[in-house]
Amino acid sequence: MIRKLFIAATAAAILPLDAVAETMRMAVTTSFHNSGLSDILLPEIKADTGLDVQLLVVGTGQALRLGEAGDVDAILVHSRKAEEAFLEAGFGTHRREIMYNDFIIVGPEGDPAGLAGAENITDAMTKMASAEVAFVSRGDDSGTHKKELSLWSGANLDAADFGDWYNAVGAGMGAALNTASGMGGHIMSDRASWLNFGNKAGLAILFEGDPVLFNQYAFIPVNPEKHDHVKNDLALKLEDWLVSDAAKTLINDYKINGETLFTFNATK
Amino acid sequence: MYDIWDGIKSALYLLVTLDRDLIEITLRSLQVTLMAVAIGSAIGLPLGAWLAIRRFRYRRVAIAVLNAFMGLPPVVVGLIVYLLLSRSGPFGVFGLLFTPTAMIIAQVIIITPLIASIAHQAIRELWAEYHDLLISLNTSKGQRIRTLIWDGRRPLITASLAGFGRGIGEVGAIMIVGGNIDHATRVLTTAIALETGKGDFALALGLGFVLIFLSLFVNFATHALGRTERGRFW
Amino acid sequence: MKATLPLKLRDVCVRRRGKTLIGPIDLSLDAGDLTIVLGPNGAGKTTLMRAMHGLQRLSSGSINYAVPTVAARDAQAFVSQHPIMMRRSLRDNLIYPLKLRGTSRDEATVMAEDWAARIELTHALSQAAPNLSGGEKQKVALARALITKPELVFLDEPCANLDGHATRDIETMLLAERDVGRTLVMSTHDLGQARRLATRVIFMLKGRVHETGTADSFFSTPKTAEAVAFLKGDIV
Repeated sequence: MIRKLFIAATAAAILPLDAVAETMRMAVTTSFHNSGLSDILLPEIKADTGLDVQLLVVGTGQALRLGEAGDVDAILVHSRKAEEAFLEAGFGTHRREIMYNDFIIVGPEGDPAGLAGAENITDAMTKMASAEVAFVSRGDDSGTHKKELSLWSGANLDAADFGDWYNAVGAGMGAALNTASGMGGHIMSDRASWLNFGNKAGLAILFEGDPVLFNQYAFIPVNPEKHDHVKNDLALKLEDWLVSDAAKTLINDYKINGETLFTFNATK
Repeated sequence: MYDIWDGIKSALYLLVTLDRDLIEITLRSLQVTLMAVAIGSAIGLPLGAWLAIRRFRYRRVAIAVLNAFMGLPPVVVGLIVYLLLSRSGPFGVFGLLFTPTAMIIAQVIIITPLIASIAHQAIRELWAEYHDLLISLNTSKGQRIRTLIWDGRRPLITASLAGFGRGIGEVGAIMIVGGNIDHATRVLTTAIALETGKGDFALALGLGFVLIFLSLFVNFATHALGRTERGRFW
Repeated sequence: MKATLPLKLRDVCVRRRGKTLIGPIDLSLDAGDLTIVLGPNGAGKTTLMRAMHGLQRLSSGSINYAVPTVAARDAQAFVSQHPIMMRRSLRDNLIYPLKLRGTSRDEATVMAEDWAARIELTHALSQAAPNLSGGEKQKVALARALITKPELVFLDEPCANLDGHATRDIETMLLAERDVGRTLVMSTHDLGQARRLATRVIFMLKGRVHETGTADSFFSTPKTAEAVAFLKGDIV
């Protein structure tokens, strides 16, 4: 019995643990991954460039930390201020805008706060706060979370002062959507995560379309001067592909339920 | 409310059709945890036996430390291994973070104290039982240890199985050190967490069934070992 | 096998937590006897037996065999009141001491089966020893002690927990061993058993050897008042 276990374990250890192809690591945000776009792009990247891109799906905060520590070769995030601070500290070589999508406010189909009548996002945020309808916040220091906080402060509100109706769950987009669905609450989500979300039960988009809600994704290679093991050449190869026409077509044509999610806006 | 039956049906479909992702993830889980159990047993079983037989000054302290390590929160183990293996950490040069090796290291740290503790208890009991006989028969130290390990093989295998049970169902530590990378470090538990996060319960449930099956297997095996211990013939 | 006897005890004491369990004891054991260590409960019989076999560390005094102690130990065996069954089959329990002495497995198996026949447990050879009945276990323990043909066998109240049948079987075996000249030292508080088996008697009381002598003289003309009282059943 013990001997059999040993043989199995040894066999398991001898089997290749890592792929042998050219492999690089990129930290991406949960919202990007949940959109399903990565499942389309990764095989194409592999086919066109031979690159095996391993995705670490984390919040923007951790993505930046992974880049600082040199644990990934590049990051793809959407939180401009944090990205610029990252570049200023010398952790990344440069910032390349790739595409954008947009955020939406999701809530119970009955629309208890009357968001349908909101003029703009500031108005919508104010309406939710004054009606004190249940609201789920990511609360995980991610790009989406930071965006949500900026929307509150744009309406001269401070999330720190909110009462019991405001629930910071400290979780990824999908888990937060699950929570909102469970409690019949409101939540700010990126459109992609929402469309791909399987458990919509009783929720609907209540507010969308304000340009403030646009969400720019940028690609940043980690600085090889800080970490000499970083595969900067592979990161640049990936960047070349991400701004190529092939990527443009794939990104712009990516649809869920007939809806376009991302708009390619990289400049050559 | 999400229809659980739909989830179960599609989960069973994935199982019956031997879905490729499901198989791959299951095999990787087994690969990581079996390796961790092998290493953990190679360290934990002799350590437990040694603590049971040898008298030395700090034995009680050593046992107390061992039992304390058994209660280590896996997620904290994960965090510490992460910091150690990170490129900016002391072992960063090996580039092990986000590899199955890192997951094995974390699991070894989590399950070795458990295996050692159970082994210690089992061998201590057996040693108390055999003490007079083995002394009377004038056995050498080596003969004693070999006899105790052989005659204690059932509880020792139970110890390894307990380690396997703890390792295979663990999510906190391997999520942190493995990074849950598709086709590289995604295992049963982290995949379930991810798929649940996506609200896609079919694959999550399918993987959950595999996990439950593995847990049941461990329990049945433990139970069967206990039965043979009490049986008339060995 | 080297002759390890006579065995001499000089000023032997065993104390635990300041309390004297036995001693001081001076004693000599010769080859060829079936010596019964007699005495009421708590007299220190078990402690003395364990001390003579080396299972019990002495607090003071010494025990000397005719040969160095390490060599002497190989020529001894010990059977305790609660038989220790290894978690193996009956056959493997009997084989174990032979294997330790380097006997080949085939040869050991033949001897084990031989002994199983003598204790009438041939049918149970492949059974798990710990799951045998109390009487069967004690017979296996005795066979396992005798299978290496030791010069000296200690038996500590081997029949204390057994029924009449098992007790008689074991007594028959012991008598057979006595008659081939094996030296046996057995403790008991059962007077009837002592009368049936003993050639010599060591009478213990309160941790000390109170009286020694041949069985005939001890049972017919005890020298001390306490021995008389014990034989009459006044001390138990």
